[in-house]
Amino acid sequence: MAAVAYPAILPVLPEIVLGLGAMALLMAGVFRAASVRVVDFAAIVLLVIAGAVLLTLPSGRLVSFGGSFVVDDFARFLKILALIGSAAAVAMSIDHAQREHQQRVEYSVLVLLSTLGMLMLISAADLIALYLGLELMSLPLYVMAASHRGSLRSTEAGLKYFVLGALSSGMLLYGASLIYGFTGTVSFTGIAQAAAQSGVGLIFGLVFLFAGFCFKVAAVPFHMWTPDVYEGAPTPVTAFFAAAPKVAAIAMFVRATVVAFPGITSEWQQILVFVAIASTLLGSFAAIGQRNFKRLMAYSSIGHMGYALIGLAAGTPEGVQGVLLYMAIYITMTLGVFAVILAMRRSTGMVESIDQLAGLGRTHPTMAFLLAMLLFSMAGVPPLAGFFAKFYVFLAAIKAGLYVLAIIGVLASVVGAYYYLAIVKVMYFDEAVEGFYAMPIELRIVLAVCGLFNILFFVYPGPLVGAASAAAHSLF
Amino acid sequence: MTSWPILSVVTFLPVAGALFIAFLSDDEAGLRNARWVALWTTLITFAISLILVWRFDPSTPDFQFVEKGPWLGNTIGYSMGVDGISLPFVILTTGLMPICILASWTAIQRRVRAYMITFLVMETLMVGTFCALDLVLFYFFFEGGLIPMFIIIGVWGGPRRVYASFKFFLYTFLGSVFMLLAIMAMYWDAGTTDIPTLLHHGFPRSLQTWAFLAFLASFAVKLPMWPVHTWLPDAHVEAPTAGSVILAAVLLKLGGYGFLRFSLPMFPAATQHLAPLIYALSVIAIIYTSLVALMQEDWKKLIAYSSVAHMGFVTMGLFAVTAQGISGGIFQMLSHGVISAALFLCVGVVYDRMHTREIAAYGGLVNRMPLYAFVFMVFALANIGLPGTSGFVGEFLTMIGTFRVNTWVATLAALGTILSAGYMLWLYRKVIFGKLEKASLAAIRDIGWREMIVFAPLIIVTILIGVYPKPVLDFSAASVTQLIDNYHHALNGAQTAALAR
Repeated sequence: MAAVAYPAILPVLPEIVLGLGAMALLMAGVFRAASVRVVDFAAIVLLVIAGAVLLTLPSGRLVSFGGSFVVDDFARFLKILALIGSAAAVAMSIDHAQREHQQRVEYSVLVLLSTLGMLMLISAADLIALYLGLELMSLPLYVMAASHRGSLRSTEAGLKYFVLGALSSGMLLYGASLIYGFTGTVSFTGIAQAAAQSGVGLIFGLVFLFAGFCFKVAAVPFHMWTPDVYEGAPTPVTAFFAAAPKVAAIAMFVRATVVAFPGITSEWQQILVFVAIASTLLGSFAAIGQRNFKRLMAYSSIGHMGYALIGLAAGTPEGVQGVLLYMAIYITMTLGVFAVILAMRRSTGMVESIDQLAGLGRTHPTMAFLLAMLLFSMAGVPPLAGFFAKFYVFLAAIKAGLYVLAIIGVLASVVGAYYYLAIVKVMYFDEAVEGFYAMPIELRIVLAVCGLFNILFFVYPGPLVGAASAAAHSLF
Repeated sequence: MTSWPILSVVTFLPVAGALFIAFLSDDEAGLRNARWVALWTTLITFAISLILVWRFDPSTPDFQFVEKGPWLGNTIGYSMGVDGISLPFVILTTGLMPICILASWTAIQRRVRAYMITFLVMETLMVGTFCALDLVLFYFFFEGGLIPMFIIIGVWGGPRRVYASFKFFLYTFLGSVFMLLAIMAMYWDAGTTDIPTLLHHGFPRSLQTWAFLAFLASFAVKLPMWPVHTWLPDAHVEAPTAGSVILAAVLLKLGGYGFLRFSLPMFPAATQHLAPLIYALSVIAIIYTSLVALMQEDWKKLIAYSSVAHMGFVTMGLFAVTAQGISGGIFQMLSHGVISAALFLCVGVVYDRMHTREIAAYGGLVNRMPLYAFVFMVFALANIGLPGTSGFVGEFLTMIGTFRVNTWVATLAALGTILSAGYMLWLYRKVIFGKLEKASLAAIRDIGWREMIVFAPLIIVTILIGVYPKPVLDFSAASVTQLIDNYHHALNGAQTAALAR
């Protein structure tokens, strides 16, 4: 009897840890009625452990499950980002849940399961693994968006997200099936080999696949769900949506595009150029009129995804390096800003309008200063980290000869600067209104870490830039 | 070479002072300490920058006090250094900062600590811009200056401060992003952003034109040149006095410095090709904005428009690419840095007392403020370009430098000096002379000892370098000569190549 060849377990170890841990926490929460605080804390610890396990894996390219699961430097970089984003999101939800009486054990467990999906997605090297990861990531997100059952806005957001998400998954699957039909394989490397001979059918599949990807990263023209879901979902959930899942979605976008379709670069490049231009422009212009901070962040994130995709559109190692750096800096900016949004709480409850920040420079000087720096960073003004993020994607675009894209991109960033400045103006130039409650400690930590990272990034950018470069080159 | 990184110390010392202020308490003693810490920080920075002058060797055009370190990867480094062109601007900046702090001593009563911190951060960014020997590092400092200036105008500015600060930020940001793209294109062409290397790189012709235009977009806004000067009057009028001083004296010079450091030596073919465009814009700036200045009812706005006109002389002189033109351009920038700073401080003196900048609100000040009348006269005449003041040397050199290249441009520019005499004398007569009739002015005090300390060094410098400009000119002579030699060498090389083909 021939021995069954088991797949290598080692590369999947972080995912196994996370999966088993999530289930154990669910059991503990349901059967032992463990306190929510303990579960939240355990979830963070679990995410940290998963990260530690990931970092202790042997270096180099590890493959498992017959080549459909890959751990390379690219995956390591983005997995760490996703884990950081998830851990911060769990931490940031604690105070909010307590005050709103929405403490549920399931919340952290859903975050863990969604994160498991992200890790899977980041490592996915064929279309089936990709789809599995994507759905595992998305299904908990739909539930979380609707987690304030009593709130009309929350349930509407959840439903909207689910319906549109299902539609996009359908498109993605349709695209994947077309690609399989025309190339005879689902593995990215196999597709890359077959792509040379297959004709227009493959491009058809590519377009549908991209539609699904664009939906997940919330790029124009598949961005419509973002503002409503961002605004409607409970704020900690929005903070989660804005960070970790975006990282995973960009990861799948990059890996699938660069690894599976290197032969037809000119075909997908024009799609990406359009998507990037449309996203940056929409993100800049549509955000100007927003008064709700969460909605503004939705448009802002659409814009930021547009900038990240500029790097991907270049299709070069420099471009991918730009994308990775952009995502790393993006999640710190976003988490920091959401830490402030979550702290916008008075005796009357949560407020979300930007006008409520009036005079924050006087009432909460430190918070206002860090938020101002994060906003300048988002605008891409040196000396803050956001400048370097934009610098690298544009650098790649210029090298690839995408001048029009680069010019429109920088113009959009000027327009975008306007609405970030408008928030700074409200905080510093306007008369003070009543201050907020004191910030809970976990939000303080998130804000301080993110703010200082953005301010001091320029002092020693080498390690992150180098890591992003190494990660990018592992794909080529 | 140097044993300690003196340029980095000069650049980052103000930030260290700012950090110190950030940890001071917010009570009365803390505010007093904040002022003194800021003053001493700027004074020490100035003293260290004087060591630079002392150890500087003006006979060589090379960059001195060079520091190099890794920053973004291998090709984009942390690289600092000064030559005869940049060092005068470093001194101008560090020298004006203590004056700015003194000028804000009592004028600023709100958020004093934040104000001092912002100014010190601003100093770091400005000095860094002049010292940077890497294009990306230059851009980093150049753009970084937007944030503190935005805050200075927006928080401590006048009634329309929000509009002015937004206009300032968005105008400058819009201009600069094009420069950023050009920097990237240059990086991919040359493989480095090290400025000394790029100076001798020889960019292809088409890239030169585009990069020149992109840099022009940025520097023209910063300088400012007509027609993108409209942010300047707004920003000046709304900014607090010290903010106007920094804006006029140093920030505008970043544009001129940029032309000198990048546009001329790196894109010689494009410079030669597009110089007529610059001439035209300069002449329009000189004449048109002088006419506009004649019509102003706001004191600060008048000086702001006069700044635009004077910057027209700078661009005209620089793009003549003659020894006199470029030396004159540099001299004019330094001289304007001192004079415009002093003029804004003059406005600040009466604004602190009367809280209005309307020219019509004043008149007959000489009766109550003889000392002030004298100080203001010195700078009004210097602004006109009276021989014996630094303003004359700068305008004269730029005009003879241009005359050799383009007679018409120089002639029209000379017309501008008449107009400048028109608006300055008109302003002086309205404000200082006549009977003191307005009741609100009856009790106005003359300038005190603190204000005298502020003005005295500026008067001395204006007269001194006006009478004996040689030391300043000698300082940059070697660098200017090399710049011009390289420029003609590059053009001749390109011509020979074209002929050979």
